[in-house]
Amino acid sequence: MKRTIPVIIVSVVGTVLVLSVFFPPVQTMGEDFSLFFDIIAVFAFFLGGGNLVRIHLVKIYRKRPDWGFSVVTLVGFFVTLLVGLGKLSVTGVTASVTAPDSFLQTIFVNIITPLSSTMYALLAFYVASASYRAFRAKNREATILLIAAFIILLGRTPLGMKLTGWIPEWLSILQIPNLAVWIMNAPNLAGQRAILIGVGLGVVAMSLRLILGMDRTYLGSDND
Amino acid sequence: MIFGKSLYCSFIIIACFFTVATAQNEAVATVDSVGQILPQPPGNIIVADHKYDNGGIIDIAWDRSPDDPLGIDGYNIYRACGDGDFEIVAFVLPGGMESYSFIDDKVERGESYRYKISVISSGGESFSESSVSVRGDWEFFDLDKLNILILGIIVCGSVIGFIFTARAGRKLFIRKISGLEALEEAVGRATEMGRPILFIPGILDMDDVQTLAAITILARVSRIVADYDSKIEMPVSRSLVMTTARETIKNSYLAAGRPDAYYDDMVHYVTDEQFGYVAAVNGIMVRDKPATCLYLGAFFAESLILAETGNYIGAIQIAGTARPGQLPFFVAACDYTLIGEELFAASAYLSGDPKQLGSLKGQDVGKFVAMAAMIIGTLAVTVVSAWQFKFFGWLSDLMYSMFSTN
Repeated sequence: MKRTIPVIIVSVVGTVLVLSVFFPPVQTMGEDFSLFFDIIAVFAFFLGGGNLVRIHLVKIYRKRPDWGFSVVTLVGFFVTLLVGLGKLSVTGVTASVTAPDSFLQTIFVNIITPLSSTMYALLAFYVASASYRAFRAKNREATILLIAAFIILLGRTPLGMKLTGWIPEWLSILQIPNLAVWIMNAPNLAGQRAILIGVGLGVVAMSLRLILGMDRTYLGSDND
Repeated sequence: MIFGKSLYCSFIIIACFFTVATAQNEAVATVDSVGQILPQPPGNIIVADHKYDNGGIIDIAWDRSPDDPLGIDGYNIYRACGDGDFEIVAFVLPGGMESYSFIDDKVERGESYRYKISVISSGGESFSESSVSVRGDWEFFDLDKLNILILGIIVCGSVIGFIFTARAGRKLFIRKISGLEALEEAVGRATEMGRPILFIPGILDMDDVQTLAAITILARVSRIVADYDSKIEMPVSRSLVMTTARETIKNSYLAAGRPDAYYDDMVHYVTDEQFGYVAAVNGIMVRDKPATCLYLGAFFAESLILAETGNYIGAIQIAGTARPGQLPFFVAACDYTLIGEELFAASAYLSGDPKQLGSLKGQDVGKFVAMAAMIIGTLAVTVVSAWQFKFFGWLSDLMYSMFSTN
């Protein structure tokens, strides 16, 4: 029973959601199922928050390595929760947590946004190190990749036009900026679309396996 | 002199008459009770029941006010149910377009509605005439999606057909997927090194199909982990993924006969915040140095940050996502990458069950249809542009409409 009921729920909900795309009378039911998901997700959020607090409390209590970071995490968690729920601001209590004088907004603008930007900025260095490995001409495919990347890099800078601007108009496709545009719009886009078609078909096949109850791995095992 | 005065007066009277007549011929600016100049109302209000819906939507369109875009603040949309009073349902900002449209999706099926549009400016509010009464009706089938339904039936039919073929015992060829073949070896390596396996299921919730695919792979991976008596660690960014993943791993351990080895904290929630999650996972990677990192699911900018950190700690890395924009990063930084459809095929592939493998074979029919349509469509467009044959024009339109939605 513990395994049958989830399979029935998946089959019924999956079928209704598919039908709601084609049959307008079922649309409302499909929207309701999506709403059910949101409601369940809200309750699960309490579980997530509770789990976070418990794990870090245990770490502090047992003085595990780097337990000081757990203290910072918990202080940050409870301070944010307090100022958010209490709608605290410089003047006392604010009408909205997004108001400029709200403490939550201050935390968001002065702490969360700069920290997120810092993490995002790391990408520049990671792109450089990943490119260094990916663009080494180890074999034929890697050499083609290297040449394509080189053309696109040059094409996106003024140097590309300076180097090949002398090429006559009737051969303008050979100008580096135009070649870069062609690489992005023809081979690159074709490859991306091929992947997307495969993804679409993969989703259909996987959904069918789940709706028909053939794939029950999300329950831990295929066996009944 | 008298004659001169009379002529002068006559001239003024004629001039006044001419001025008034000209002013009447021009657009009249309405003046309200306190002397403010009101904007001119919009015209040509067209109200119609929305096509192929469940009866809860009415479409409204109108031509702009002659005073748009200068000097008006926007348009108010008023609605009256049956013979009832009008009430404001929406406000539309001016954009200088020739005409505007609004979709009212807050109507009751079977009820009749009238609409009127007002234009607002600093001078006041001018109303259009009331529209005709329109009823929100539902249609049984969305004809605009007929092509998608036909394609869906072809693809689903072929998938089911191949499942039955496989069930009948016929051997089907499925190409080798290196990333999945390496999965057991990756878990084995972590076991030998005595280090954990890190499983990242992307940063989206359970309503994303990629996360669902990741959970189905997690079931297989955690089963191998339980068999090998290894350790899996799974920080997640969504609470619902946490509860689902816990249930999945618990059942895998149970199926492997190792329920005692399972504990809840294998899967733990970190944060919903994208880069906060990345920072936490990077910290775990650098501190715990997992021997194997699996990134399977929906990833965005964090893909490269995670994969490069994994590369830095020397972990064997297997990634998979359906987002084409992130695939190059995974290919550059990971040992194996499941590209697009391979992510969704993983569970069936790893099961080795002929019925599930049959479903993978069915996808090939869909690919064949797509390829055939692309080749025929490309040839037809080429022929039309060169020789203007009508038949090929019709053929290219047909190929296009097969895969487009309205």
